[in-house]
Amino acid sequence: MTTSREASALPATEPAGSAPVGDESWARWDEPTGQWMLPGHCPDTRERTLVLEAAARLLFPTVLVFSVFLLFEGHYGPGGGFSGGLVAGLAFVLRHIAGGDDNLGSKFRIRPPVVVGTGLTIAVLTGLAPVLWGGAVLESTKWTITFGDFGYLDIVTSLLLDVGVYLLIIGVVLDLLRSLGSGIARDAREAGEDPPGRDLGGDR
Amino acid sequence: MTQEVSVLAVVAAHIVLALCLPALARYNRRLAFAAGAALLSATLVWAMWQAPAALGTGVTDELAWAPELGLSLSLRLDALALAMIVLVSGVGALILIYAAWYFGPRSTDAARSAALLVTFAGMMLGLVLADDLLTLYVFWELTSLTSFLLVGQGGQYRENRRAAVQALLVTVFGGLAMLLGIVLLGQLAGTYSIPEITAAANAGTLAADQPVALGFALVLILLGALTKSAQLPFHPWLPYAMAAPTPISAYLHAASMVKAGVVLVARLGPAFSGYAVWWVPIVVLGLATMLLGGWRALRQTDLKRLLAFGTVSQLGFLMVLFGAGSRVAALAGITMLLAHGLFKAPLFMVVGAIDKACGTRDLRELCGLGRRRRGLAVLGGLAGLSMAGLPPTLGFVGKEAAYEAFVLEGGIRGWIVAIGLLTGSLLTVAYTARFLWGAFATKGLQPTGGDPVPLGLSGPAWLCALTGLAAGIAAPAVQQLAAAYARPLPSLGDAYATQYELALWHGFGVALLFSAIAVAGGLLLHRYGSALTERVVLHGLSAQRGYESVVTGMERAAITVTGRLQIGSLPVYLGFILVTLIALPAPALVMGGVLPQDQSAYHSIMQVPVGLMVIVAAIALCRARRRFTAVLLVGAVGYGIGGLFVIDGAPDLALAQFLVETLTLVAFVFVLRRLPAHFDEPDTERRVRLPKAIVASVGGVLVAGLAVIFSGARVQPPATTADFVASAPEAGATNLISAILVDFRALDTIGEITILLICAAGTASLVLATRYDKRKGGQVVTSGSGSPKHEQEVMG
Repeated sequence: MTTSREASALPATEPAGSAPVGDESWARWDEPTGQWMLPGHCPDTRERTLVLEAAARLLFPTVLVFSVFLLFEGHYGPGGGFSGGLVAGLAFVLRHIAGGDDNLGSKFRIRPPVVVGTGLTIAVLTGLAPVLWGGAVLESTKWTITFGDFGYLDIVTSLLLDVGVYLLIIGVVLDLLRSLGSGIARDAREAGEDPPGRDLGGDR
Repeated sequence: MTQEVSVLAVVAAHIVLALCLPALARYNRRLAFAAGAALLSATLVWAMWQAPAALGTGVTDELAWAPELGLSLSLRLDALALAMIVLVSGVGALILIYAAWYFGPRSTDAARSAALLVTFAGMMLGLVLADDLLTLYVFWELTSLTSFLLVGQGGQYRENRRAAVQALLVTVFGGLAMLLGIVLLGQLAGTYSIPEITAAANAGTLAADQPVALGFALVLILLGALTKSAQLPFHPWLPYAMAAPTPISAYLHAASMVKAGVVLVARLGPAFSGYAVWWVPIVVLGLATMLLGGWRALRQTDLKRLLAFGTVSQLGFLMVLFGAGSRVAALAGITMLLAHGLFKAPLFMVVGAIDKACGTRDLRELCGLGRRRRGLAVLGGLAGLSMAGLPPTLGFVGKEAAYEAFVLEGGIRGWIVAIGLLTGSLLTVAYTARFLWGAFATKGLQPTGGDPVPLGLSGPAWLCALTGLAAGIAAPAVQQLAAAYARPLPSLGDAYATQYELALWHGFGVALLFSAIAVAGGLLLHRYGSALTERVVLHGLSAQRGYESVVTGMERAAITVTGRLQIGSLPVYLGFILVTLIALPAPALVMGGVLPQDQSAYHSIMQVPVGLMVIVAAIALCRARRRFTAVLLVGAVGYGIGGLFVIDGAPDLALAQFLVETLTLVAFVFVLRRLPAHFDEPDTERRVRLPKAIVASVGGVLVAGLAVIFSGARVQPPATTADFVASAPEAGATNLISAILVDFRALDTIGEITILLICAAGTASLVLATRYDKRKGGQVVTSGSGSPKHEQEVMG
């Protein structure tokens, strides 16, 4: 039992395709070969819910696209940087719940404070930029680009401010996941307690 | 006069150079100091170039800063500013050259000190040039901050830290009082411009109907001046600040920073010296400071502290001269202002050189230095002559004028002040003698030190001291400068007083007699009075002990209050917040709130079920025993309110509400993993439950009442809302909410996201305080709050 647990816990380092010959391969032939989550590392096999992982895999990019839509939609309907950022943040939350602790920035690791800081920097620079052209602080300009028969597109500089807000909110959510999510789970693990979530009352 | 250099540009140049200096200092430390000295000398040359105009109408420059608040950055080069620039830039340049040799080419403090000294020079320049009370205040506080950094140095030594903190606390306390006074005065006068206030005060139209308020304003402003210039009872910080390296002491405490208070008194003197509330405290405290400083200087054994108490004494002297408000006193004031900078700076530099050469500044250990370092002794003697007020130095010219001013004024005030100044000068001569004797005399001890002093250390001091001598001989030139400042002041006394001029020789008279008495008495006191000065200690009242007990008292009070409030119980914290909420707005609500007349129960029938759901969830929340249930019920309340937004046609709000609610739930669940599933056993005691219930329900009713009353307070949309609606398409938005958030009120948005950043950083640091995350790329953290050592300490 222990061997199979260890094996399935580390599919990223030992893909099933390159399994060694002998008894081992017989014991492991029915393990999942694909990785639903990008890093595919799951700390405790008993907590895996494949349905959630699959759903997260499908939903994550979709929700991100939706959040960008909300960001741009903000000028014309409900949405904006705040809502868009929250939706994107919730996508990361879903990933975190499905994929476990260290799952967040799997391929390229960006520290959440950097995202937060970038957001605020963009917002503040957007505010100060008009001064360079002799305008007042936080003044905004509108450009209209026409595409002939396809209509026209309004681009407002305050959209950049919204982008700053969007990034900052995503960063704040990532920071919450890092501190409240992974941080607390790691504390519990190191303190030798039961896997978090046991005592919430659900039957697992 | 071919081209004008903007006054503002001169101040800005200092800041720009200061920003470049750290990089330059990394390349070559002496070059950094030299660059600073070059800029300061250029400033002096510029000021001298402008002198004819400055002595006439003054050279002004103004930049509107916040015009709606009446806040403008206005600077003006006039006679007083010119006199101070001689010290700030002229003496400053020499001190920077001195510092280059003092710090040496390998000092780690040099880079910071060079940049800070130049910054300080720029701030001080702004302060002396300020023509507007608010501009003056801004530069005033900036000099306090810069001097804090200069005195504190790298912060490695406890002595430096304490001295810097004390200087900062005292001067900033005074500065804040001064800000109050400035605002009060500005409101009374209707302007912050110093010339306009002066004109109004001289015409008698300044707040004629509110003398009490004006008196308060003046006293508050004086508080700033007294603390900054180390007047009684705020004087102890100055001697303690001697912990700073000598060049910094020479600059801050001889030439510039401590003169700021004097400059303020001199600046406003022409306006207010007729008001008793202005001159009485200045003259009384100034005289007392002069006597106390001189007396304390006689007991010091550290040469630098001896000079520091001498500075305290001289500052009191200057205060009296500028506070008296007569023409001759003002002439004497400008002269002594220059003289003090020109003799105290070289004396400090001499002490620094002695310190370098002998390794001690204690006059009980120094012996025979005068024999071996004759040049240094002559230099010290030359500066000492000016300090003691002997001819032909500028100090003598100033002292003569000072005696003359009060003798000519006559009357009780005149004679009391004149005798006081005489006594003070006698003490000055005594401590000058003590300084020279202590530093250079042969006292039958082991001869100390005596390495040759490099030219870099002695040269600037020579230049300074010789300038003091030359200025004494060229008294008519100083007369021109001083007369331009003293022009608006009345000349008290007889016809002679109206045409008194600075000169080395006025013939035999009372002033010369006073000088002779002071010199003879001072030398006698030094020779025979050591038993007296050693034994008489002023017991009981100690200003330093007063400062210490105030600071420790505040700390103790803070600990007591914190200990009572932060007791680690969430119900208590919530209780405090709710009680405050009830105590402050509730009385106003009960007294002045008007319930809207046509309050309908609901607008839309859909509100009823959603509202009921919220109410049921809220009541159930109070009954919940499990944390998880409680969190879900909080979520239900939140979603219900989001639903109400939808019904009222606010999709933006509803979207944000739903998203935030979801995220909050997630965050709650994360935290709940580490908390017990159940709340603590409900306390059954009535005496606990009843107050809780009462506070909670009163708080709830209050908030609901506030909502109803506030929503009814506005009867029609304000004009700005209509403007927003009208101009939203112009801002490129058809969604009004978005246009408000990112365009009309974008500054609010930036403020709010900044708060979010702080919250996220706070949460992370609370949870991850002990996390040691190895950085990528092999950077190993060895110290600080993220290190393995710290982690071990916190985790135990």
